[in-house]
Amino acid sequence: MKRPLSRRAWLAGPLLLAASMAVPAAAGGVALRDDRGTEHRFAAPPRRIVTLLPSLTEAIWVLGGGSRLVGVDRYSNWPAELAGLPRVGSMDDAHVEAIVALAPDVVLASASARSLDRLEALGLRVVRLKSETHADVRRSLQRLALLLGTPAEGERVWARLEREMDDAALRVPAALRGARIYFEIGGGPYAAGAQSFIGETMARLGLANIVSRELGPFPKLNPEYVVRAQPDILMGVRAELQGMGARPGWGLLAAVRNDRRCGFETLQYDVLLRPGPRLGEAAALLADCLVRLGKA
Amino acid sequence: MNGAAGSQPVPRSERAQDTDALRRRRLAWRLAALLLLGLAAGLATGAGGFSPTRFWADLHGEQAWLLFGEIRAPRTFGAALVGALLGLSGAIAQGLFRNPLADPYLLGSAAGAALAVVLVLAAAALAGATLSLATALWLERIGLVVAAFCGALAGVAMTLALARGAVQTLRLLLAGVVVGVLLGAVSDLITVAWPDALRGKQAFMLGSTGFLGHSSLLLLGGGLALLTWAARRHARALDALTLGEDSAASLGLDLARVRLALVLMLSLGTALAVSQAGLVAFVGLVSPHLVRRHAPGAHGWLLGASAAMGAALLLGADVISRAVIAPQELPVGVVTAVLGGLYLFVLLQRRGQP
Repeated sequence: MKRPLSRRAWLAGPLLLAASMAVPAAAGGVALRDDRGTEHRFAAPPRRIVTLLPSLTEAIWVLGGGSRLVGVDRYSNWPAELAGLPRVGSMDDAHVEAIVALAPDVVLASASARSLDRLEALGLRVVRLKSETHADVRRSLQRLALLLGTPAEGERVWARLEREMDDAALRVPAALRGARIYFEIGGGPYAAGAQSFIGETMARLGLANIVSRELGPFPKLNPEYVVRAQPDILMGVRAELQGMGARPGWGLLAAVRNDRRCGFETLQYDVLLRPGPRLGEAAALLADCLVRLGKA
Repeated sequence: MNGAAGSQPVPRSERAQDTDALRRRRLAWRLAALLLLGLAAGLATGAGGFSPTRFWADLHGEQAWLLFGEIRAPRTFGAALVGALLGLSGAIAQGLFRNPLADPYLLGSAAGAALAVVLVLAAAALAGATLSLATALWLERIGLVVAAFCGALAGVAMTLALARGAVQTLRLLLAGVVVGVLLGAVSDLITVAWPDALRGKQAFMLGSTGFLGHSSLLLLGGGLALLTWAARRHARALDALTLGEDSAASLGLDLARVRLALVLMLSLGTALAVSQAGLVAFVGLVSPHLVRRHAPGAHGWLLGASAAMGAALLLGADVISRAVIAPQELPVGVVTAVLGGLYLFVLLQRRGQP
């Protein structure tokens, strides 16, 4: 298996980018460059914010901007305090009219989608933030902190995430360090590869991934690949994991026979699947399961 | 490929019939060879792609039974059976409606089956037990099949009702398109309303042979045997129908009963295929086409040959879907749609030329 990428290598990239993303702003205003290279200047930190991605909603909340949210996407379900906010669709089917009616100072979204161009054409400011890796999460936190007018918050939150991930890593039982993991996304089966942010979290916990970097972040695998790789531990949605033994050939997997499985309920699974400010919580969830397996 | 013997402008003499018989025999041999080749390729194509040398090594490895007995063999034979069911259903549909464009997808039966399966998956997801093609157990599979069968029947029934019977072909096909779009939209609506149902659905909708196991094999094999038997019993009736409904009725055929039986058969075939492997497009449309093009004949021949053709096609598509970007997979339904689409494209191009 490939060794996890050294931590310094993936810290260097975002630092360079972080240096380049702050652009000089007028007094009292904020300015930043988003992941599409568009430069955004605001005379004052935005007071009305719409988010189209759960991880961005969560980031704004954690950075202390929760009161400025006026609308969120339909999948945003954390924290509970935001439950009363208007829902404006999702990245794929943003409700353009509803968003315009909310008169936001800024709309936060991921990379390109047709509805975003429409929003821009209607005069709204759309900041596009990529969130595919830990480095992306860190960069997004810094930018959003900049946007909220509290630039120091970004690094502070990230430092907390780092601490939480390190704490989780310390809890992983020694016997399970280097265990080879298969993390399933959906019943395709799609897998979370080493390249994905989930793979990065696993690497931080000292775990190995049966899906190497070359296969991309979330490859749809031939089921035979998994059987052949003989993973030590299976991870995924609880209900899906329980049925794995019934898949052709999977009943003979040692991880199935010895019940070496980390099944997660939907709400926990959401935490694991969102590249946002709950990465530390996700690492803790994985560590909890590993501790449980270590005792068995 | 095949010679131009059949297109010679000679009256249908004994000789022409002889050459047709010859062509049929030739196609039968070719299909048998293709099937064997497809099965061999399917067994030799694993997570490492298509590789005879690796196949040999695996065969003597420790995991041989696991890899071949539990995974590749059921999957490969399963693909063949699903293809055969679709080919047979297509041949029945095209004979019944005397239209070379009729296929399980155009008559609304596939859309109905798919919607029923999505409903079952969504209901299960809402109930808290996420079941998908991947985790389907024996009983769940039966449940899916029953639901898919009811859905397929409902789809065809809606199409027939909208077309006021199967008399006017154009009306029937239009109705089929309308029903297909409608049912597809409802199924999309469900996925938007309950995103949790989406997880199992996307993989399913694109078609996959990845999780066909021994239990599916049994079901598909039994279904195919039953359908082949029933269809062959109706081969003469289908032949009579090609002369037109009036002529068929004048031959003493109970049209209502025959039509019902044929619709039931094609619904069952579609339901079995869709419930086990998801939506695999074009195989049902293209297989009877290919058979008629290369070796026309009565339905006694056409039904069986279309099934064999469907099996060979899906085997090929399955091998491609596994081999192209191994160890990743393409959804097999996407492969068949691309291949089938290209075939129809070329066919239309040729027809368009003087």
